[in-house]
Amino acid sequence: MSDAPTERAAPLLAPLAALYRRELRLAVRIGGGGFMGVLFFLIVVTVFPFAVGPDMNLLARLGPAVLWIAALLATLLGLDRLFEADRDDGALDIIVGSGQPLELVVLVKCLAHWTATGLPLVLATPFFALFLAMEPLVIGATMLTLAVGTPALTFIGAIGAGLTVSLRRGGLLLAVLVLPFAVPVLIFGVSAAGAPALDPAPFATPFLLLCALTLATLVLAPIAAAAALRSGLD
Amino acid sequence: MSDIPTSADPSTAPITPRLLATELVCDRGGRRVLDGASFAVGGDTAADNVLFVTGPNGVGKSTLLRLVAGLGTLESGEIRLTAGGGAVTGAEVAEACHYLGHRDALKTALTVSENLAFWRDFLAPPPVGAGAGHPALELDEALAAVDLDALADLPAGLLSAGQRRRLAVARLLVVQRPLWLLDEPTSALDAASEARLVALMAAHAAAGGLIMAATHLPINLPGRSLVLRPAAVAREAFA
Repeated sequence: MSDAPTERAAPLLAPLAALYRRELRLAVRIGGGGFMGVLFFLIVVTVFPFAVGPDMNLLARLGPAVLWIAALLATLLGLDRLFEADRDDGALDIIVGSGQPLELVVLVKCLAHWTATGLPLVLATPFFALFLAMEPLVIGATMLTLAVGTPALTFIGAIGAGLTVSLRRGGLLLAVLVLPFAVPVLIFGVSAAGAPALDPAPFATPFLLLCALTLATLVLAPIAAAAALRSGLD
Repeated sequence: MSDIPTSADPSTAPITPRLLATELVCDRGGRRVLDGASFAVGGDTAADNVLFVTGPNGVGKSTLLRLVAGLGTLESGEIRLTAGGGAVTGAEVAEACHYLGHRDALKTALTVSENLAFWRDFLAPPPVGAGAGHPALELDEALAAVDLDALADLPAGLLSAGQRRRLAVARLLVVQRPLWLLDEPTSALDAASEARLVALMAAHAAAGGLIMAATHLPINLPGRSLVLRPAAVAREAFA
């Protein structure tokens, strides 16, 4: 990136930076739902011990899985509006004709969405992990895997958001479409997060696979979501 | 990016853009909406640069504008925009257009000036026809041109329908693009706002910019008209 000619990079970066700022502003203002993800995360994590019971050892063992499932659901919560809001008010029509590559627009919108919903989840993890009686090392591992893995959930969800953009109330369909593809992320995320608690379990292997999933979806999802958006314009 | 009037190429400036659409065929929902529509916009006088698209409801006026804006699929036919020796077709024409549709593309949570500043920063300069049409204005000038400068810090969600429309029009003024596609541009506007919009359209056409406007209401601006007829070949009539 650094050795790209600046005269090419400059006109591309400024519009995308403007888009990123707009998305963040919209997420944190009233009705944007940026903090709804954290609240939802909190509720799921809080409800869980009531269902499992006050067995501290069991809670600690299930902790990483609970946090990961809560993060997965919280990430999906706002994703159906990722493109739908822009379609409803006509902004998507202008974005398509803006002269900016739609793939990069999708990428920037995903990054902004993750900053507004995924990053607060990661930062809130240590506090919520206390409810689940998790050990400090496991809390650290869970936080690290969530930081690396939640972007993959956002990217995979963006494909579903692109496919369901023209449907009214596509949120449920989005979850049904996206959750099966989120399973690998969940498997490697949870197994890496729980590894420090189980002595012989390796941390590096599932963690690196998780990194690979995030990098692969970072490249593929914007292309797929942009293609879905283009075919959804009538 | 926008303040480069000194570098306007003398080679490209005098050659005004031309939009040429040939034999456009478009289906929507299994129904043929446009069947061989052909037209041209652009000429030596300002009146040649303005094309009013008229016809009864559902005849395909909006579809036609959306096709030019790159928001539809052509079964066959070609849309070509030439200007100053350069030419673009298909999706690239969209990047030389300002599309003003029924929806205003405004975010209710952002203020009036934030909405406009985003589009100014986000929209790329046109691939052809740079310098033709209404020149790019500064943010406050554009808001003043649509009489919204007093409301710059108000959230867009509090605007009335007419004020939202005027803010959408201001988007055409902050980034210079040669082709304006206006779908019912005067709807929801009061008489004074309509007069201001017509003056902006006249200035755009006089500066070599092209305008395609779908409309039911007569607009007080010299121009040609394209009358679309239901499920038939569109015929061009000169007004």
